[in-house]
Amino acid sequence: MIEKLSTFLVRRRVPLLIAVAVVAMLFPQVITSKYILRIAILCLMYCMLAVSLNLMTGILGQMSFGHAAFWGIGAYTAAILAKTYGWTNPGVLIAGAVVSGLFGLVLSLPVMHLKGYYFTIVTMVFCQIIRIVEINWMSLTNGPLGIMSIPKIFIFSHKIKSQADFFYLALILLVLTTLIVVKLTNSRTGYAILAIRDDDLAAGAMGINVFKYKSMTIVLASMLAGCAGAFYAIYTGYIDPNCFTNAVSNNMLVMVILGGLGNVFGSFVGATVLTILPEALRGFSEYRQLVFGALLVILMLVRSEGLFGSVNFKYIRQRLTLEKEMKATGGGSNG
Amino acid sequence: MFLQQIVNGITIGSTYALVAIGFNMIFGVLELTNFANSSLYMFGAYTTFLLYSATGITFFLSFAISIILTGLLGYCLDRFALRTLRKKHAPKLAGLITTLGMSMVIDNSIMVIFGTDSKAFENHLDFGKFYIGNAIVTWTQVIILVVACVLMSFLSVLVYRTKIGKAMGAIAQNADAAKLMGINTNKVISFTFIISGVLACIAGNMIAMNYRSIETNMGSLIGTKIFASAILGGVGSVPGAIVGGVLLGVIETMVSAYISSGYRDAISFTILIVVLLIMPNGIFGKKAINKV
Repeated sequence: MIEKLSTFLVRRRVPLLIAVAVVAMLFPQVITSKYILRIAILCLMYCMLAVSLNLMTGILGQMSFGHAAFWGIGAYTAAILAKTYGWTNPGVLIAGAVVSGLFGLVLSLPVMHLKGYYFTIVTMVFCQIIRIVEINWMSLTNGPLGIMSIPKIFIFSHKIKSQADFFYLALILLVLTTLIVVKLTNSRTGYAILAIRDDDLAAGAMGINVFKYKSMTIVLASMLAGCAGAFYAIYTGYIDPNCFTNAVSNNMLVMVILGGLGNVFGSFVGATVLTILPEALRGFSEYRQLVFGALLVILMLVRSEGLFGSVNFKYIRQRLTLEKEMKATGGGSNG
Repeated sequence: MFLQQIVNGITIGSTYALVAIGFNMIFGVLELTNFANSSLYMFGAYTTFLLYSATGITFFLSFAISIILTGLLGYCLDRFALRTLRKKHAPKLAGLITTLGMSMVIDNSIMVIFGTDSKAFENHLDFGKFYIGNAIVTWTQVIILVVACVLMSFLSVLVYRTKIGKAMGAIAQNADAAKLMGINTNKVISFTFIISGVLACIAGNMIAMNYRSIETNMGSLIGTKIFASAILGGVGSVPGAIVGGVLLGVIETMVSAYISSGYRDAISFTILIVVLLIMPNGIFGKKAINKV
């Protein structure tokens, strides 16, 4: 079923893309419910986070249990700049990304020679360390109370305050993120990164600078997450250390794995499903997490490589082009 | 004061070690990060609490039943979810997500049944206290340490000296080859899960008695620390888990006593990262060989 769906998606990609773009543009105009718009905005933000984590976990192959740390660093950077230093321009988004990227660099340098599970545990522990610092550094982060009433930002002297404004902002950020990640994977650099994922020793022997590409990818992934964090801070206007726990990191990783490792489209699906699902289960709030956990187990048992994990869109596209060409030449000889 | 911190650190550390051994055995055999381990730890304490307070049987009988039930739950975890995944040759990540899901199911079931407030847990090992120098040592702490030591030596013998332990080692090296040598891999893996459940249950009850209370987030509080102990000692190694757990416990109490209690975990985790930088395979870990 997934294979058929993927083939359909690839075959009709141009009209589908246009349709998605139109729907996305019209969505906040048609839908006026604040609740639904809020979920949609969070969906877009989580898509951005999932894509950035997928870059690190699916494409570079370094499983991270601490992505919420970068998200949190971006959020705190934006919140502190906006609140304490009165930045009300898109600079906070860039600053969030840059600071988060710096932390990514700091993390990537020592863990470079750690393999597999050791890398995983260090990211997990890193997330906890960052959270503990957020809780305890009262003068900077206001500790467990969090930072309240973070000012909204202005873009071209237009104040971003309505849900529709935030929807478009999130959409732009997501499109940029996706473009960066997709362009990167299809470039020479992307092939180098994929080679490192498959075998870093062999990649190094082929003359790929493993250290450079690894740290570059980790920095890029953390920058994207930081940007999402900065967006989150100005959108909700309130952050506290409890937003950025290990549970949130796990949740992001589940989004990526559910969608399929290394598949950007899968990350969209995973993030959307896992953002909407808890809201849909709100009716029986007490059992929400329970059902959520059970669904995860069932999904893994039914489709253990994730929804789109085994799907290679590029391959399907090549196959379709080939089929078309064969049909064209075959038809020509008959007629 | 210093001695007191050492005593407290060793007590906390030995319970970390107990749970970490179970975690480490599963990790060693299956290369699977078992997120459900800390849930089993909580499940064990709550089952004892329920049996003791609701049925009126003696405490130690309910403790014994709880050990069996937790072991059974560990078995079910493997039998009904992970074995299916192994049969399908699913990627390792699928197993990890499955245990994460299982852990959510267990944690939230208990939360739904018992509520999120902490419950008083009677200490049936309260035989008073004594002094070493000016450090207060309770007999509960001594018992925890003794139980931990006994279980650790028992497990060391089990893993390194018995046939089933050798089978575990064989599966860890190459599951397919182990199968060809006539090892019933499913049975051995199920056994590993039962052992880890039993250990988690004992540790959960011991800690509950030491603190005289249980709460639903006790599992998630200890979660990262178990991973940290296991990694610090070296994955897949029983003595490694013990040393890692005790070391982590001592570091934690020392940091909170002499440096800062707020930054306790941050500092002890930073130490962990530094240790990993110097010894990338943990203290007792074997050097991994890179194959191309």
